[in-house]
Amino acid sequence: MSKRIEVKDLNVYYGKFKAVEDVSLTIEPRTVTAFIGPSGCGKSTFLRTLNRMHEVIPGARVEGEVMIDGKNLYDADVDPVLVRRQVGMVFQRPNPFPTMSIADNVLAGVKLNNNKMSKSDAEHLVEKSLKGANLWKEVKDRLNLPGSGLSGGQQQRLCIARAIAVSPEVILMDEPCSALDPISTLAIEDLIDELKAKYTIVIVTHNMQQASRVSDKTAFFNIAGTGEPGKLIEFDDTTTIFENPHVQATEDYISGRFG
Amino acid sequence: MAIEVQESTQAKAPGRMGDKVFSTSSLVAGSLILAVLAAVAIFLVAQSLPAFLADPADVNDGQGFWTYVIPLVFGTIWAAALALVIALPFAIGIALFISHFAPRKLAQGLGYVIDLLAAVPSVVFGLWGITVLAPAVQPFYSWLVDNLGWIPLFAGPVSGTGRSILTVAVVLAVMILPIITALSREIFLQTPRLHEEAALALGATRWEMIKVAVLPFGRPGIISATMLGLGRALGETMAVAMVLSPSVIISFALIQSQNPTTIAANIALNFPEAHDLGVNVLIATGLILFLITLLVNSLARMVINRRKAFSGAN
Ligand SMILES: Nc1ncnc2c1ncn2[C@@H]1O[C@H](COP(=O)(O)OP(=O)(O)OP(=O)(O)O)[C@@H](O)[C@H]1O
Ligand SMILES: [Mg+2]
Repeated sequence: MSKRIEVKDLNVYYGKFKAVEDVSLTIEPRTVTAFIGPSGCGKSTFLRTLNRMHEVIPGARVEGEVMIDGKNLYDADVDPVLVRRQVGMVFQRPNPFPTMSIADNVLAGVKLNNNKMSKSDAEHLVEKSLKGANLWKEVKDRLNLPGSGLSGGQQQRLCIARAIAVSPEVILMDEPCSALDPISTLAIEDLIDELKAKYTIVIVTHNMQQASRVSDKTAFFNIAGTGEPGKLIEFDDTTTIFENPHVQATEDYISGRFG
Repeated sequence: MAIEVQESTQAKAPGRMGDKVFSTSSLVAGSLILAVLAAVAIFLVAQSLPAFLADPADVNDGQGFWTYVIPLVFGTIWAAALALVIALPFAIGIALFISHFAPRKLAQGLGYVIDLLAAVPSVVFGLWGITVLAPAVQPFYSWLVDNLGWIPLFAGPVSGTGRSILTVAVVLAVMILPIITALSREIFLQTPRLHEEAALALGATRWEMIKVAVLPFGRPGIISATMLGLGRALGETMAVAMVLSPSVIISFALIQSQNPTTIAANIALNFPEAHDLGVNVLIATGLILFLITLLVNSLARMVINRRKAFSGAN
């Protein structure tokens, strides 16, 4: 299952500082949406509002609405913990739990939900998730070794396996390939292409080729100057953004004329 | 975007000089520690030998050394273990509260109080144990014997003064609490933000995040902190000597008036009057204490090393 995300008039703050202003956009189910834009324009900040991870930072808050299938995530009766179980996240730097084996890493999220999983169910889920993350072949003989012993690219795919093991509706990825070599990057891009059959995916990237390769839609964010809030400048089909953008700033950015 | 700045200047001569000074001074410091340790060990062994070699009939009115020392070894380990069992849950709880739950102002204040507590001399804790704690807990001990006396730990007859091994354990627990808390708090604060966020993003509650990310990451540190606390409890002299009126027994009963004492307290009580072989016997008990501490520490090392690959250090 995957879901539609509708963002309405979203303002995002760190204490008094407004980091992102007035964003409205709609993300369709089973699509890949890329966020691009210069450093500091609020891509990560905005991404983290989609699973309520923004508010774990002291003083951080959000105004506006994020609707997932018609339900506002920021309604008073919504538990952020449950939101995060529906909307998974992969971070810029691979962060498998160093104190856990590969298998336990995959199961970490699932075990939060139900501790009483049978051994065979657990093994099955580990295999399924690792296969889903294209990592199974490489690690199937060392599932009980620590996750921190893998290469960076493998660790990142382990994190993806961990995220999909809880069967979320949406997966958010914040520059998932920025710490990886080109081959691991391609492996993850292929993976994103497969995952999109089942999940709604939002990915932040600084790599234009990557955005144009993997995404269906692209959102361009920009910032007027330091201390100013970031804004959504243009949101459209990826081909339109890269071949025929409507806003001059978008064209300047993707053609490398600034940023 | 981070741009790696390479060190462009390779100033060779001063760099090497600095290296040399540093490596020499650390070598000296390291060997000094070893030398001091060796000197202590040699002193202990040399002074203990007469006690080990003497005819058992001459040691402590014919008891022999081992009969004399075994109840003391028991008392030492029993008191320290009790103190640890009492202190550890509190220490970890307080450390977690300070590092992950308390508002920043309160956390700072609490941390400061804990550090102050660590600086209180043990005589003060001993006085507190005799004058405040013992009378205060005596009625509770009576209640325990009356109602839970069937549990061997709480068997009667109850101590009339409240000065039992349990009281000592509580005093010791209060003494080792600050050091375990302070170290654990430091370690919990060092949990990488990345791992905490990983747990939260998977839908962990705050407590689940602590179970998944903070505690496993801090485990080697908690063990080290515990060992430091245990070391202090094993070697503590004044507080124990002041609170307990010792007997020579091996008993797990917590609240009777007859209690085993510890090696350190026994040395402090008997040393002023000891002479000749008696001195050697007391020093030999000191050697045994030294060995216990060593053993406990190496056990802790082993536990930490066994899970080294999962420590998060790599
Ligand atoms: N924890 C924080 N506390 C206060 N301000 C923050 C915090 N994190 C980010 N900011 C500010 O919010 C703004 C947006 O930051 P954000 O990290 O979202 O940018 P970004 O588009 O992801 O940049 P990059 O491409 O470099 O990752 C920046 O001005 C940044 O300084
Ligand atoms: Mg970012």
